[in-house]
Amino acid sequence: MPMTAVADLFAKSARAVALSTPIAVAGLMSVSSPASAESVLKVVPHADLRNVDPIWTTAYITRNHGYLVFDTLFALDENLDVQPQMAAGHEVSEDGLTYTITLRDGLQFHDGAPVTAEDVVASITRWGARDGMGQKLMRVTDSIEAADEKTVVLTLSEPYGLVLQSLGKISSNVPFIMPRRLAETDPNAQIEEIIGSGPFRFVADEWQPGNQVVYEKFDGYVPRDEPASYAAGGKVAKVDRVEWRYIPDAATASQALLAGEVDYYEQPAVDLLPMLQSDPAINIETVDPLGTQGVIRFNFKYPPFDDKRARQAALWAVEQADYMYSIMGDPQYFEDFCGAYFMCGGPYETDIGSEPLREKDIEKATALLEASGYDGREVLILDPTDIPVAHGQALVTAQALREIGMNVRLVAMDWATMTSRRAVREAPEDGGWNIFPTWWLAADQLNPITNISVAASGENAWFGWPENQKIEDLRNAFARETDADKQMEIVEELQAELYDFVPYIPTGQYYQPTAFRDNVKGVLEAPVPFFWNISVE
Amino acid sequence: MSLQVQELSFGARLRSRAGSVADAFRRNPTMLFGVVVLALMGGLAFLAPWLGLPDPMEQTPRERLRPPSGEAPFGTDMYGRDLFSRVLHGGQVSLVVGLSVAALATSIGLFIGLISGFIRSVDAVIMRLMDALMSIPSILLAIALVALWGSSVQNVILALTIPEVPRVVRLVRSVVLMLRDQLYVQAAIACGTSTPRILIRHILPNTIPPLIVQATYICAQAVIFEAYLSFVGAGTPPEIPSWGNIMAEGRMFFFQTAGIILYPGAFLALTVFAINTFGDGLRDALDPRMQRRV
Amino acid sequence: MYAYILRRLLATIPIMAIVAVFVFMLLHLSPGDPAVIIAGDFATEDQVDKIREQLGLNDPLYVQFGGWLFDLLRGDMGDSIYSGLPVTTLIGQRVEPTLMLTLCTMVIAISAAIPLGVIAAWKVGTWIDRAVMTLAVFGFSVPVFVIGYLLILGGSRTLGWFPVQGYTSIFESVPGFLSHITLPALTLGAVYMALIARMTRATMLEVLNEDYVRTAYAKGLATRKVLVKHALKNAMVPISTTIGLGVALLIGGVVVTESVFAIPGLGRLTVDAVLRTDYPVIQGVILVFSFTYVLLNLLIDLTYVLFDPRIRY
Repeated sequence: MPMTAVADLFAKSARAVALSTPIAVAGLMSVSSPASAESVLKVVPHADLRNVDPIWTTAYITRNHGYLVFDTLFALDENLDVQPQMAAGHEVSEDGLTYTITLRDGLQFHDGAPVTAEDVVASITRWGARDGMGQKLMRVTDSIEAADEKTVVLTLSEPYGLVLQSLGKISSNVPFIMPRRLAETDPNAQIEEIIGSGPFRFVADEWQPGNQVVYEKFDGYVPRDEPASYAAGGKVAKVDRVEWRYIPDAATASQALLAGEVDYYEQPAVDLLPMLQSDPAINIETVDPLGTQGVIRFNFKYPPFDDKRARQAALWAVEQADYMYSIMGDPQYFEDFCGAYFMCGGPYETDIGSEPLREKDIEKATALLEASGYDGREVLILDPTDIPVAHGQALVTAQALREIGMNVRLVAMDWATMTSRRAVREAPEDGGWNIFPTWWLAADQLNPITNISVAASGENAWFGWPENQKIEDLRNAFARETDADKQMEIVEELQAELYDFVPYIPTGQYYQPTAFRDNVKGVLEAPVPFFWNISVE
Repeated sequence: MSLQVQELSFGARLRSRAGSVADAFRRNPTMLFGVVVLALMGGLAFLAPWLGLPDPMEQTPRERLRPPSGEAPFGTDMYGRDLFSRVLHGGQVSLVVGLSVAALATSIGLFIGLISGFIRSVDAVIMRLMDALMSIPSILLAIALVALWGSSVQNVILALTIPEVPRVVRLVRSVVLMLRDQLYVQAAIACGTSTPRILIRHILPNTIPPLIVQATYICAQAVIFEAYLSFVGAGTPPEIPSWGNIMAEGRMFFFQTAGIILYPGAFLALTVFAINTFGDGLRDALDPRMQRRV
Repeated sequence: MYAYILRRLLATIPIMAIVAVFVFMLLHLSPGDPAVIIAGDFATEDQVDKIREQLGLNDPLYVQFGGWLFDLLRGDMGDSIYSGLPVTTLIGQRVEPTLMLTLCTMVIAISAAIPLGVIAAWKVGTWIDRAVMTLAVFGFSVPVFVIGYLLILGGSRTLGWFPVQGYTSIFESVPGFLSHITLPALTLGAVYMALIARMTRATMLEVLNEDYVRTAYAKGLATRKVLVKHALKNAMVPISTTIGLGVALLIGGVVVTESVFAIPGLGRLTVDAVLRTDYPVIQGVILVFSFTYVLLNLLIDLTYVLFDPRIRY
């Protein structure tokens, strides 16, 4: 058994030796003609790419990987409007029930096969089986069929306001288009091969989980003519290779950027910025203008937080500034206060009902807690210590709740363990939990449908399993509504209810900066780090 | 009759060993240094709650990462907690882990080692088990155990104890095997003395001196391994400070405020250094021929 | 001799079998459900169950163990439940950095520690001896990552001589390899150096008291010749045992060093796998580590013959 490992090593070494000669020759040649040298963008991503199937997992890192390799039918632009991407255009029938989508010319997969309507149908179907918004769309879908090579027909059973928003969804799970043979994989299993039609090709041989991921420019990609704008517009690959080097130690990663060993550091901790800023060759930009929302989630199944007065007490006890200072440090990178459940700066921003969050009132909080009948039982807060954003929120929450007399215990664990622990529906003392910290990108939180942490469908809701019919009715009304003003009215009513019901505490809105060296040009402003349009000098 | 003589001479030997410990202090000033530093560290750690320091867990997010000052001699950490107070309090967990691992590993190892050395029928099985356990790198085993069982001080202690046991077993067993053939033990067996009685009266006392020395090394290593466990994300819960988790939590800030690693690191290194020199001194006094066991 | 080697090799089989059973039981009897982690945020109970089914986690333990063992004997360690790549491939990718790091560390540590130990023994009781021994104890006492960070601060950030992180294969570029490996090897070397220096000194002290050494001195041989040719040669048996057993100590440090310097080696592979309960990978890596350790110590036992002609099998 280790013999195979050893054999592998020898095979690898032999290959390396065999390859070294042509590489040396190529190296010599490149000296004579520097213009032909391969351009490489070296990136430190925010996490290790563990899974490569972006439909199978919601991990942001896999979504980012997906955008390199795969393309989408529609895409969101910087005005948050949906634009065609692989689609040439679409038509909606008069009754609003039939969508006819045509593919543009020149689309092909990395294995050389052309992209057909069949591939699209299979891909959307698989996505619709896994993604929350996709499932909602599929529930109102009668059929999705390929009319010919290039035409997809989607037929609804009832009018639905969010068809294009769903197909042009910018964040996880993104409805990426894959070859039919891959898209027919069981939605609960991973695809076996990564073949897309995006601007970069996944180099499977060079993928080393826990260390590196390599992409090469796909010469067969035909970008749109429009300028790039968020996920929409022309995705022009301007480097030959994109290499992701995962460096788990933040201190080491920032040193690597300073030393020029890497070009682009996706999510440096804010505390490391002063050090990076001291080098004039390093640019620091907030690439995602929409920001991120911190989230403290309650478990609605067990006391004390099964009673809304206990949740309201927590809301009165905390202060956003405490959270933001402890996870971001520099006030330049967070809002002083954001009382909007659907993000400040987004289309559904409102301040309605946010007083309990804006003001800290220990007396009121204590009174509410008492009224809830809190009996001094132990409250378990899950504390993922390896993720500073989550760990800081856990610590601040613990301190605030102790202040109003709760008996709090922090349960330390790593993030991976937390993701399985929070799914436990048993009582806290039997391996469950009362509170866990997390965060969501604005791209996910922007509206009542994609913001799944406000969903209140009981056992089917996101971890914590809140149940509130009024919230669900309002969300459904929002999905059916096509008039923007009326949608906003619904959001206002919804947010008032949310502050009364408190599905979670929005602990603040912050902006994640990105650092890159000045040889990197053309970094796009977008809620997802895109690697097209970037060139390296 | 001859048994009586042996007992006497054994008592005398123990006394002479106690005397040699006292001698060792005189002859070996570094050992004295070790004991003094250890006492100081232990005192600071366990008396910390009464020294009028700020609460080591109290966060003040707006006062984060402050440089050292009169108020906070080591500055504050990334959650605005007082680093000096945390480092002093942190000694509690680190020392408790070190001492408990040493005590547990030696007592479990002693028990198994005595049995394995004296009862031939189980010896082979026990030793194969121990060989297998020993072939798994101890730190990897400990990381796996903590990751699987969850993060708590008890789990860290257990996880660090288990990989140490086989080494103690081997040590004890080798002493037992050597003694078993000695005349007085053979005589006791011939007289029909029960096995537990032989083990306790004749063999156990002889295993104590090398075990004490071994325990100091285990203790020193456990204090360091506690830090390694925290460093890779499988350590004691970070809310209660330990030298290991203070460094693990603060590692990101090393290149700006090196103190967040260097202060707890210095306390840890000094303590481990003290334990090691103390152990070396003891070894020279109790068991001059014994070498550091890996 | 050959019969002895064969016997020793066969003796590793039960040990490896026990390790295999132990690791398997440990993983499968502990809490933690990889299926839930894999399923992600939006998965329903049904989806989690399907994933569990696909991973074979619903089968009785003995069926899972039997299947794993059967595959193992054919050289198949299964696939990582996250990346889907074969465990042998994952290990294969990681063997070189760890192997090279360990070898370089051993070379540096041994070539520094043995002379230090010999000098300390030769000058026993002097300040040189004390200095060497105090340094050695310090080597045991400072956590590896503290040394690593200090070396990055000095060697990379201040002097700019070495890269901060990463690994370059020796087959790709020898200078690149050397510059990348130096700081990690020095970091990792401290403990090991301390261990060997102490052992060398202690053994040398014993040997120097033996009759034949005194005779050699009496014959008027040069000090250096006596120390190296007569004393050190005889001290090598216990020293090489320590070198072998010390590899266990090295592996502990490897895990930490690899994560400080972002070296894609087996240590990090293990930690990553453990933290996310990737059963097949954990099982595979621990088996490889154990097997290497057992094999290495067997090899060292065999080298005794080289150093000590009195030992015959």
